[in-house]
Amino acid sequence: MTDHVHTTDEDEHESAYSGLLVNDAHWAFGTDFEDPLAGVDTTIPEGVDAPALAAYALMLGDDALVMSHRISEWTSNAPDLEDDIALSNIALDLLGQARLLLARAAKADASVVPDLPEGSPAPPEDALAFFREAHDFRNVRFAELANGDFADATVRVLLFSIWRLATFERLRSSRDHVLAAVAAKGVKELAYHRDYAARWFVTLAQGTEESRRRLVAALDALWPLWPELFDTHAVEAAAAAAGVGVDPASVREAAEATLDQVLAAADVPRSEAPRRAGVLGRTGRDGMHGEPLSRMLAEMQSVARAHPRGQW
Amino acid sequence: MVRLMSRTTTERARAVAARVTDPELPMLTLVDLGVLRDVEVVGDAHVVVDITPTYSGCPAMAAMRDDLVRELSGAGFDRVEVRVSLDPAWTTDWITPAGRAALAAAGISPPGPAPSHDGPIPLTLLPTARQVRCPQCDSPATELVSEFGSTACKAQYRCTACLEPFDHVKEI
Repeated sequence: MTDHVHTTDEDEHESAYSGLLVNDAHWAFGTDFEDPLAGVDTTIPEGVDAPALAAYALMLGDDALVMSHRISEWTSNAPDLEDDIALSNIALDLLGQARLLLARAAKADASVVPDLPEGSPAPPEDALAFFREAHDFRNVRFAELANGDFADATVRVLLFSIWRLATFERLRSSRDHVLAAVAAKGVKELAYHRDYAARWFVTLAQGTEESRRRLVAALDALWPLWPELFDTHAVEAAAAAAGVGVDPASVREAAEATLDQVLAAADVPRSEAPRRAGVLGRTGRDGMHGEPLSRMLAEMQSVARAHPRGQW
Repeated sequence: MVRLMSRTTTERARAVAARVTDPELPMLTLVDLGVLRDVEVVGDAHVVVDITPTYSGCPAMAAMRDDLVRELSGAGFDRVEVRVSLDPAWTTDWITPAGRAALAAAGISPPGPAPSHDGPIPLTLLPTARQVRCPQCDSPATELVSEFGSTACKAQYRCTACLEPFDHVKEI
């Protein structure tokens, strides 16, 4: 216990780390996380079923959370610093959306939040992110697919943000104040994500033979799960009927039109890869996921689960 | 008399809150940034502050909240409540003229007018056209390096005259 080497005052002054410990308040990591919806009007709109609203918010939140984590896996691994930063920023925006949406789900129906050991400081949105099993997640399967190369990241962000932006453009008029506000802010962020990926899509398509080959391969690989994004689950149908949600089928035309613009500019044909079927008719929205999600969650949740009473 | 008192107290609370700066853009106060939406004294030494996030995932929000609580507590407000205001969504148009001047003085290019986000948002395949001048040498010969930068709210540019890289607060 007496063999610490850097204990003198002099050493502390020279340590590059000592300054970091002086004022923790300036670091997001280390400050306490309060309710992200503090003061927001979370009243359930009249005639809306609270558990149905929560189930719908979970779907939107899980899409963002899982996609965010996938994209964040590029941090420190992208082909150059600018794109490393771009992908990290995209992941961060989606994580912010996920936090608000999961908090909204918990506020609408507390019974969706898993029970944590007594004394756990984890807020409801963290409990939802870190203490649910894969089969409780309601994200589309598209969001969870294991990463490939940079062409894959380009196609993935492009398809996902075209779809989510088309959805959020309509969600802005949700009767639920929180969903409407998250969507109004989200469209601004998603427009940057979509256009970033669209530019890279055209660049890679018109680049070298190799970059084009990789891009087309990535499109073929992700295409089978594109149609699932426009399937209408019963929860989404109910949310749309109640005026709080968007029926995915209703955004298909707009999303396909945007995608066709990008494909035309890149001179890349639509993929002919066949749609991937559900498992006994069940897909991501039903909690049916592939092995990649289990692997992702095992890593993403391990620290929180090992220390459910941990203070961060 | 009571009303006069409470108005004065509210003004004092506003003045204290208005001193708090952004943790990532410390040359800007929360007022300059347009993030501080409302400050109200609602009871005996009880102040309610409304702030709005710049980006959904902006990690500076927690630090802003802590700083507001610390400053207002230090000024004698025993109960400080910081609320989140999500609607209307923050826009760079809310950055004040003083804030824009402070950004430029710190070598960060201030944002132009934010685009409208009312209807469907058209796809833009070419780099966003902006009239960005180099904050170092004031040359208009600048080029976009990346739409994403050191924080969620910034794009990276470079000046082709003096060759210095710089940040631009991007319009949202």
